Amino acid sequence: MSEIILDFEKPIVELEKKIEEMYEMSSLENVDLSADIQKAEEKLNRTIAKIHSNLTRWQRVQLARHPDRPTTLDYLSRICADFIEIHGDRYFSDDKAVVAGFATIDDFQCVVIGHQKGSNTKENLFRNFGMPHPEGYRKALRAMKLAEKFHKPVVTFIDTQGAYPGIGAEERGQAEAIARNLFEMSRLKTPIICIIIGEGASGGALGIGVGDRILLLENTWYSVISPEGCASILYHDSSKAPIVAEALKVTARDLESLGISDEILPEPLGGAHRNQEQTAQTIKNAILKYLTELKAIPMDELIRQRVEKYSKMGTWSESNDAPAANQSSISRKNE
Amino acid sequence: MADWFKRTKQGLLGSEKKVIPDGLWLKCPTCSEYLYKRELEKNYWVCTQCHHHFRIPYYDYLRILLDGKFGEFNAEIRSTDPLEFKASKRYDEQLEEAVKETGVNEAVITGTGKIGKHTLVICVMDFRFIGGSMGSVVGEKIARAIDKAMELKVPLIIISQSGGARMQEGILSLMQMAKTSAKLAQFHDAGGLFISILADPTAGGTTASFSMLGDIIIAEPGAFVGFAGPRVIKQTIGHELPEGFQRSEFLLEKGFLDMICERAELKKTILRLLDFFYGNQTLHPDNE
Repeated sequence: MSEIILDFEKPIVELEKKIEEMYEMSSLENVDLSADIQKAEEKLNRTIAKIHSNLTRWQRVQLARHPDRPTTLDYLSRICADFIEIHGDRYFSDDKAVVAGFATIDDFQCVVIGHQKGSNTKENLFRNFGMPHPEGYRKALRAMKLAEKFHKPVVTFIDTQGAYPGIGAEERGQAEAIARNLFEMSRLKTPIICIIIGEGASGGALGIGVGDRILLLENTWYSVISPEGCASILYHDSSKAPIVAEALKVTARDLESLGISDEILPEPLGGAHRNQEQTAQTIKNAILKYLTELKAIPMDELIRQRVEKYSKMGTWSESNDAPAANQSSISRKNE
Repeated sequence: MADWFKRTKQGLLGSEKKVIPDGLWLKCPTCSEYLYKRELEKNYWVCTQCHHHFRIPYYDYLRILLDGKFGEFNAEIRSTDPLEFKASKRYDEQLEEAVKETGVNEAVITGTGKIGKHTLVICVMDFRFIGGSMGSVVGEKIARAIDKAMELKVPLIIISQSGGARMQEGILSLMQMAKTSAKLAQFHDAGGLFISILADPTAGGTTASFSMLGDIIIAEPGAFVGFAGPRVIKQTIGHELPEGFQRSEFLLEKGFLDMICERAELKKTILRLLDFFYGNQTLHPDNE
């Protein structure tokens, strides 16, 4: 059971405690409570289902960053027969917020890249809370280039609250590193699958997020800015994040309706952290399914489809009666 | 109100205070010098005292850089407010205001033009339009401009002047970074030359996509160029930022720019580059 409990998870945890007590009582005092336990468990499942069918966007954001939520390495340890981690960008250092390596998943060999958060404070300090420096993106690119060279597909796991905003990150070209990855990923001659497993904040997420398929776990968020960041810009008050999360439409389901995601991967009842193994299996099955599908597409066609996929993103209207900035308007208007 | 509140001794009033005729003069934000607008305009909106580069709208860039006509395309593309975004303000109203204020439909103007004898595709962002932010329309117009440059086999110039990706279109704005970068990769593979010009400010998702992908990257002096905003960085690290941090001079020093170019020299510099890459038939345009 989870040690950290979100507000809306409290009724669930209380029921679980009750059930546990009943089990204890029945074994200690040798009374048959099985009928009551069964009833309570049914109620528990109903409660979880009810709570989770009515989550607000902000509650989904909280689930996406739940301290017990499985991380990239948690999943890799469950789905890979073998994983050989590589380190460093060959320019400056090894960014611990990004892991990269060679994974064997059933019959597939692929290069896996992912943001890496910690599961406690000590680990999080080591991983910089999953917030990469430019070196992380450059390590990722190096791994991708290896994948291309040896014809291995790429799978990326996205889970970051953003690229790190610091002095070193800026002076070593955070923007350039992300831009370079967008550029290179769009034409990388190997299949790429991107899976959002937790948080997808802005360019920090997209920096390893351009691919042929975009999959999102059910309780994830992905947007141009975090709800807190947006709230502090619009309201000068980051505590307005719950309101902004609604306006920004940040959840997996939102992305589905905006035509960004290829598939939403269902999580176990109550969220990924309540059953890591089941979530890992879901992810593994999705990877196998899409790798099989993408393998069959000729490389030129794959790249063409990839660029086409991104070209279509966004909405706009076109009408001819709108004012145009033509030659005559190129003179100062404010005089 | 009691009269004794009023200041009676005239001598205490600042004697420096001049009456500035509204609209004719501008105060330089860097050196505080009062500048005559006409003079400033002749000087490319650059302070004659300290070389502060004032932010200018798209049409000034077009006038400064282009020879002959600008053939705008895709002017009619407009945002549809896909999220029906409403927070502190309504996005649809913000758009309406921006259109009214600027006379254009979006934060980037795209079209064809000539510098010397070189035909090119040029995109100019405009900070006045919601901070020059990139939403679906900016991404789409830039993507189409890149397609046009590919079709015409001409060089591409993008002048960035943008606070970053547009929050009000959420994930769709973010994806414009991928869209424009993917198009630039195609353009690159087709052998096109992309000159990226960074004006103040070039920030966030704009910097982290097409702005930093130029074959040649030129910035105006003193322009803010960075990914994260200084306020966010300061909050994160808990102390003040070094002097000149995230200004173009800093980026040149760190190796992320090819050159810094005064606005008055911008056209000449671009022309020299175009001549180098596409033949020198226009080496002496002044003599023609």
